[in-house]
Amino acid sequence: MRTDSIGNRLLNGLFKENPTFVLLLGMCPTLAVTTSAINGLGMGLTTMVVLAMSNLFISLLRNIIPDRVRIPAFIVIIASFVTIVELLLKAYIPFLYDALGIYIPLIVVNCIILGRAEAYASKNPVILSLFDGIGMGLGFSLALTIIGAVRELFGAGECFGMRIMPESYVPCSIFILAPGAFFVLAILTAIQNKIKIEGEAKGKDMSKIQSGCGVDCMNCNVEGCSDRKAAYGEKESDKKEEDLEVLELNEMVSDTVPITAEDITAINDAVNNEEVKEDTQND
Amino acid sequence: MIKELLIILISSSLVSNVVLSQFLGLCPFLGVSKKTGTALGMGGAVIFVITLSSAVAGAVYKFILVPLDITYLQTIVFILVIAALVQFVEMFLKKFIPALYQALGVYLPLITTNCAVLGIALTNVQKDYDILTGIVNGFATAVGFTIAITILAGIREKIEFNDIPKPFKGMPIVLLTAGLMAIAFCGFSGLL
Repeated sequence: MRTDSIGNRLLNGLFKENPTFVLLLGMCPTLAVTTSAINGLGMGLTTMVVLAMSNLFISLLRNIIPDRVRIPAFIVIIASFVTIVELLLKAYIPFLYDALGIYIPLIVVNCIILGRAEAYASKNPVILSLFDGIGMGLGFSLALTIIGAVRELFGAGECFGMRIMPESYVPCSIFILAPGAFFVLAILTAIQNKIKIEGEAKGKDMSKIQSGCGVDCMNCNVEGCSDRKAAYGEKESDKKEEDLEVLELNEMVSDTVPITAEDITAINDAVNNEEVKEDTQND
Repeated sequence: MIKELLIILISSSLVSNVVLSQFLGLCPFLGVSKKTGTALGMGGAVIFVITLSSAVAGAVYKFILVPLDITYLQTIVFILVIAALVQFVEMFLKKFIPALYQALGVYLPLITTNCAVLGIALTNVQKDYDILTGIVNGFATAVGFTIAITILAGIREKIEFNDIPKPFKGMPIVLLTAGLMAIAFCGFSGLL
């Protein structure tokens, strides 16, 4: 982490830890608003502004916010910026406001933002956190624009409103409708899986790319997924034992695995193993 | 009045299904749908929380935000109300109804960040529903969520041992299944 630089943070968000394609975070807006490339880009940039500003402020306040109440504090900060951005959009870019609708306030619950706040901004200096937010936001925008462009291309034969397909092409409107979103994302994830499988066959380290979250870590919550934490580069020493979340996790798994609050690795393993948890529930 | 509520009940649960056409609550939909039992548990918890939170959020909006003329703060207020509510419900159940807590307990913390809960609270306000209509809308939406997640879990149990092309294993096949379900649910639009 010593060698962290601004450019490094930007590239990291754009490619290495792209929130949508690599970490599979923030699925709801990803699927909902990407009916066209311009909507995807608008949503991405809106999220980027919120992400950058909330990262900036959380980093500024990181030594003031008490550890126990940090999640509610983060949520309030994020919600404030979402409200500001929402009002600004309503006033200055009304067409985007209408197109994105309810998904603008829902940026609050986008796990990318809380995830970055928790994993990066709350323990790193201000400037780096700001650019981490911008990088992640750019990565999110890139992903949303790609998905939007694919859906617009097949669903309307256009890209950014320009006619791409020949006149004889009959738009396949299912791509614009809800099912198309699932299909496009399924195909994109499958392509990514294929790249990963081929890379592994050649002996490259592909552990950064998650295989479409086969391990059930898509629950949009900060607690619960150790894989995601690993992907964020969170270190085990960073954990706080009296952390509410950890206590919750502990409760969830304590029936099966005898663990102490300190034994974070065991907790992570147990939580990671969704099966174990589910079995206890079913018993 | 009854007729209106019935229409909302059907349209929110089936026609514009919260997951399959509005993409809210996708994360638990994809994440906690490996087994029908767990899916039903999650569905139950979601019904419980969403119905309660639409009532509370509706009341807060009508009796606090509107009189004080601070409706622009709705996003902040709603998310805090929901977070506090979930926490409170969890403590209450643990203390007084342990059986229900056993059944729903683990799902409750997951729900705070479920965008469906906040989404419904905001939709209710956006559509100008009164509190009762809001509660019915919330309940119906949550029932729709339960239907969708249970069906998906059932299908996932079936396809688990199928011979799926390697790159499609895991999430892609689940997304494809969800897409096909979304097409099926489009058929409900003829109901109204």
